[in-house]
Amino acid sequence: MMDIIGYGAFFLTTALIFSFITLGLNLQWGLTGLFNVGLAGFVAIGAYTSALLTTPDTAGRFGGFDLPILVGWLGAMIIAGLAAAIIGVATLRLKSDYLAITTFGVAVVVQLVALNAQKLTGGPFGIGFIPRPFSNLAETPLLFNLANLGIVVVALLIVYFALEHLVKSPWGRVLKALREDERAAISLGKSARFYRVQAFAVGGAVMGLAGAIQAHFIGFIAPDNYLPILTFQVWVMLIVGGSGSNKGAIVGSVLVWAIWAGSGALTSILFSPEQQARAASLQIVAIGIMLCIILLVRPGGLFGNMPRRRSAVAPQQKTAEDKNSAAS
Amino acid sequence: MNLQFIIDGLLTGSMIGLGAIGVTLTYSILRFSNFAHGDFMAWGTYATLAVVSAIGAIFGKVAPIGPLSFGWPLIVAVIVAMGFTGVLALALDKVLFARLRAKGQSIIVVMASFGASMALRSLLEFLFTSRPTYFSRAIQIAMPVGFGIRITPDQIALLIVTALLVFGVHMLMTRTQTGRSMQALSQNPALARVVGINVANVVRVTWLIGGGLACVAGVMIGILVQIRPLMGFDMLLPMFAAAILGGIGSVPGAVLGGLIIGLAEAAAVQLIGAEWRAAISFIILMAVLFIRPIGLFGVRER
Repeated sequence: MMDIIGYGAFFLTTALIFSFITLGLNLQWGLTGLFNVGLAGFVAIGAYTSALLTTPDTAGRFGGFDLPILVGWLGAMIIAGLAAAIIGVATLRLKSDYLAITTFGVAVVVQLVALNAQKLTGGPFGIGFIPRPFSNLAETPLLFNLANLGIVVVALLIVYFALEHLVKSPWGRVLKALREDERAAISLGKSARFYRVQAFAVGGAVMGLAGAIQAHFIGFIAPDNYLPILTFQVWVMLIVGGSGSNKGAIVGSVLVWAIWAGSGALTSILFSPEQQARAASLQIVAIGIMLCIILLVRPGGLFGNMPRRRSAVAPQQKTAEDKNSAAS
Repeated sequence: MNLQFIIDGLLTGSMIGLGAIGVTLTYSILRFSNFAHGDFMAWGTYATLAVVSAIGAIFGKVAPIGPLSFGWPLIVAVIVAMGFTGVLALALDKVLFARLRAKGQSIIVVMASFGASMALRSLLEFLFTSRPTYFSRAIQIAMPVGFGIRITPDQIALLIVTALLVFGVHMLMTRTQTGRSMQALSQNPALARVVGINVANVVRVTWLIGGGLACVAGVMIGILVQIRPLMGFDMLLPMFAAAILGGIGSVPGAVLGGLIIGLAEAAAVQLIGAEWRAAISFIILMAVLFIRPIGLFGVRER
């Protein structure tokens, strides 16, 4: 029984850490319509920043400033947010696809730096001995897990309410207006690019925070934690939960992580150890197809509130709508 | 500095350029960046490998042509696999992209291509495992051609093939009715429809060309480097960077962009070390976006 509670707390902590990333993505995509396919890069920047700030000094590696965990979290947000702002300045005056390509590049480069800049990141061996909150409770795993869950929930509530507040603030309304009708918003004197860079930076900062929290929860980071598969999982979480809704982002994260962990457990039961690498790739195929089907059938997700944009140059869309109204 | 990087760069550049033609065509005609394009490359290569093995099973061991490392089975296989990859791209368009395009939100199509990319790549891993394979394990002797440069017969053949293919696509785009329809559709879709251009046909040709060239680029990687499920995905960033550097929609631009990135990568390997080569395309990409976002041959977006 205690084991189940302990595992439940561990599972929920992992899932909720994902939901930070999903919330950051929701601000970028759901609210502002900015397409980030390199979010794993921003998560990694946060994780490494916080690890460098809080670990004790290590020979042969830069940093190890032995600062408190909260400073690490803050540093992670600032550096990841800055990185996002620079990317935003370069790409947000261009067509939306450029942002997708550039963020994809960010993830590739961050991965490369994590692997090769041994002096900074520990290379393929990663960084260990990252201080964990409540490490004095580590002897009683149950208490330790619950305490960690507690701190993640508190942090999540703070981020959630902050983001909800932002959405409802005049700032959030400008972002929505830009998403829905850019020309109208610009004609009201709002600088589209400036607001988008801000939204992208704030989203990046939240992703960085997620990376930092995860690093301190596990106590160890390595380049392999931040592969494109992470980006992909978070996207599925947001689409399932519903773009545009912060509640949806959290529910989607827990739901998709449950499916992911469940199917992982299932494959480890069904397949022999030699076959498990193959089964894992089949798991990714299934999630990829799931994403495509959701996009086709129910692009709004569970809680989505992103209205479909009408496009002036899509005559097919009009006929599709006519058909719908005729059918109903 | 050793001049060998010129040959290495031209070869890498050919692979990037051939792939980037497909990227730039899908972007300018169908108006989305296709993240699954790299995976078409890998699928084409594995299809070629499958056909080569099938021919090997039927005809036994076939002697390679002259000094090359491969014989006629590979050439037959590439042609078959080009068709296969084109049809694969068409099929994916039919079940996924075309339906989402009809809804009129281009970025949703990009997202779907990202999902499709993950699914396609992992399916390859499931079918063939992630272990690398090769068309031939024979080692070719590189011939010195002066200035400290060496080149293998395979490399010469592949450079010629690239030149022929690029010339062919350029002719198709500029001298045939289909090619002119493609250009018209990329420059002004509304007007192109008004003058009665067969959009469905143009879309079909776009996917066939893109898929076929991706297949050839993949096979080149397979011959010169190795065959892995990730091979195409790793090429995605260089291909995008080449398409943007050359100017979206321009076939010669994509090829030139590919060559520039290939040469820059090869030079970087010598100057700062092989482990950083993947960062080169990103640096070039960012530089282009800051300095001249329409690229070398691009037309300003309307």
